[in-house]
Amino acid sequence: MSIRLSVVDRNGGEHEVETAPEGSLMETLRELDYGVSAICGGMCSCATCHVYIAPEWLAKLPDRQSDEGDLLAELQFRQDNSRLSCQIQLQQEHDGLRLTLAPEE
Amino acid sequence: MSDTHTEDHIYIVGAGHAGGELAFALRQQGYAGPLTIVGDESHLPYQRPPLSKAYLKGECEATSLYLRQLAAYEKANISLVLSRRVERIDRANKKLVFDDGREVTYSKLALATGGRARRMTINDAARAERTSNFRYLRNIDDVMAIRARFEAGQRLVVIGGGYVGLEVAASAIARGVKVTVLEALPRVLARVTAPQMSQFYEKVHRDAGVDLRTNIEVTGLEFNAAGDAVTAVHCTGGVVIPADFVVVGIGLLPNTEVAQAAGLDVDNGIVVNEYAVTSDPDIVAAGDCTNHPSVFCGRRIRLESVPNAVEQARVAAASLAGKPKAYDSVPWFWSDQYDLKLQMTGLSQGYDQFVLRGSMENKSFAAFYLKQGRLIAVDAVNRAQEFMVAKRMVVACKPFDPAVLADESVPLKTLAGPVQAAAPQA
Ligand SMILES: Cc1cc2nc3c(=O)[nH]c(=O)nc-3n(C[C@H](O)[C@H](O)[C@H](O)COP(=O)(O)OP(=O)(O)OC[C@H]3O[C@@H](n4cnc5c(N)ncnc54)[C@H](O)[C@@H]3O)c2cc1C
Ligand code: FES
Repeated sequence: MSIRLSVVDRNGGEHEVETAPEGSLMETLRELDYGVSAICGGMCSCATCHVYIAPEWLAKLPDRQSDEGDLLAELQFRQDNSRLSCQIQLQQEHDGLRLTLAPEE
Repeated sequence: MSDTHTEDHIYIVGAGHAGGELAFALRQQGYAGPLTIVGDESHLPYQRPPLSKAYLKGECEATSLYLRQLAAYEKANISLVLSRRVERIDRANKKLVFDDGREVTYSKLALATGGRARRMTINDAARAERTSNFRYLRNIDDVMAIRARFEAGQRLVVIGGGYVGLEVAASAIARGVKVTVLEALPRVLARVTAPQMSQFYEKVHRDAGVDLRTNIEVTGLEFNAAGDAVTAVHCTGGVVIPADFVVVGIGLLPNTEVAQAAGLDVDNGIVVNEYAVTSDPDIVAAGDCTNHPSVFCGRRIRLESVPNAVEQARVAAASLAGKPKAYDSVPWFWSDQYDLKLQMTGLSQGYDQFVLRGSMENKSFAAFYLKQGRLIAVDAVNRAQEFMVAKRMVVACKPFDPAVLADESVPLKTLAGPVQAAAPQA
């Protein structure tokens, strides 16, 4: 069954996105015309898949691995709710997830 | 047969990373007219880096390599003409001629033709290319052929100790394959990195079980009686290495022939200016096929990397959309082998000082390349956080004190200066 995400683009526009609960969040976001560029294709090397997760959803996502934390630590637009979307595997329980695309560095 | 379009129609030649990115960037820049990508492979534009990594190991599907799925092209109204080569550009009449004889008229054109694997020049090469167990590695079909032979105990000979060759070796070892790597130069990665880095990677591969040989040239190949398979690789000094299959990674040749035949300036790549425009103002080019000016390096360069393909494609799209912006990115690249995450920024050529921070022994370090005191490049192994700082340091192109760079008690970011304050978020 597909799940729904609520995505705020870089101009503040809100979108409902329907997607299959499989693959990484980045793979869903890179399909969108306002989406992420994901230059390294999910290798946790580029940080161009940076998003802000709505605070109420943060705790429901798996913890950051060290690579992800390392890349995020030095980003200009880093916030406490920053995540790299390639490191989040989508699942059924992510139905309703709300996030905002971070500005490009 | 001729197409009837006389209005605007932008064509992109080459459905690779740059071509795919360019099409979507054009839509983002507001171009709403007809837009077609023509590519000679049968796939939607895809990423090549996993071809020597996850995809080679069989850890992901071909469709997950695609930059975007078909629905995204349909939604953005981007037409795809696949398995089709552009044979000729007729600039006088603004026409493209396809390999099936069809002609179309373009208003503007983008060349994103990338490159092809450099072929071996030894006598036996042409014959070997007709066998099933000798392969270059550039596209999905190559991987399918190689992967089919990735079985424990099989003997693989990799010719070429560059990033592609070494990544293939690492992926093969992970699958229990017996690997020999042959490099003609005295060290691996010789063209792109310092001797210290080469030594480090040579040791890592040998420790993993790779029979890695440098300073050795391939002189010939041996075939089975039927002549349909390579059975051994012959090298200088009479060395014979038996092989169940051979993968060759000896570099890339830019696909510039079509541009050259059309009279565009070509010199180790299609010559473009900082706006990705070729010597014809109606034609732009992006990606591995371009020779472009680098503000950062102060000279013309041709790069073979995804960040370059993506960023230059956006610059090319902006020019086509009439909103030119200059390309001024600093080159960067990554390579994954075993448990090593290597990230590189800048170009180290011409450095006169090498400074190590951290420990090669512990597989966690950053290598700094200085030229007349100024920092020109950094290679970081398993140091993603320092890499992000290093990117900012390299952009600044400033002098740094080698002793301080090497001193791990001084956090790198105190040297780079603070990140700029984040813009306010809605
Ligand atoms: C095995 C491998 C591993 C790599 N690893 C990394 C890595 O880790 N990091 C990194 O940054 N980069 C890596 N690269 C390099 C990266 O993949 C390239 O820089 C990138 O693909 C360049 O994109 P491009 O669009 O310029 O060229 P390509 O992706 O080569 O696309 C060009 C396309 O145009 C087609 N074409 C050419 N001429 C014509 C014509 N006349 N008509 C129709 N179609 C045509 C070609 O067949 C091809 O499909 C790797 C490359 C390989 C092969
Ligand atoms: S896609 Fe590169 S870090 Fe996520």
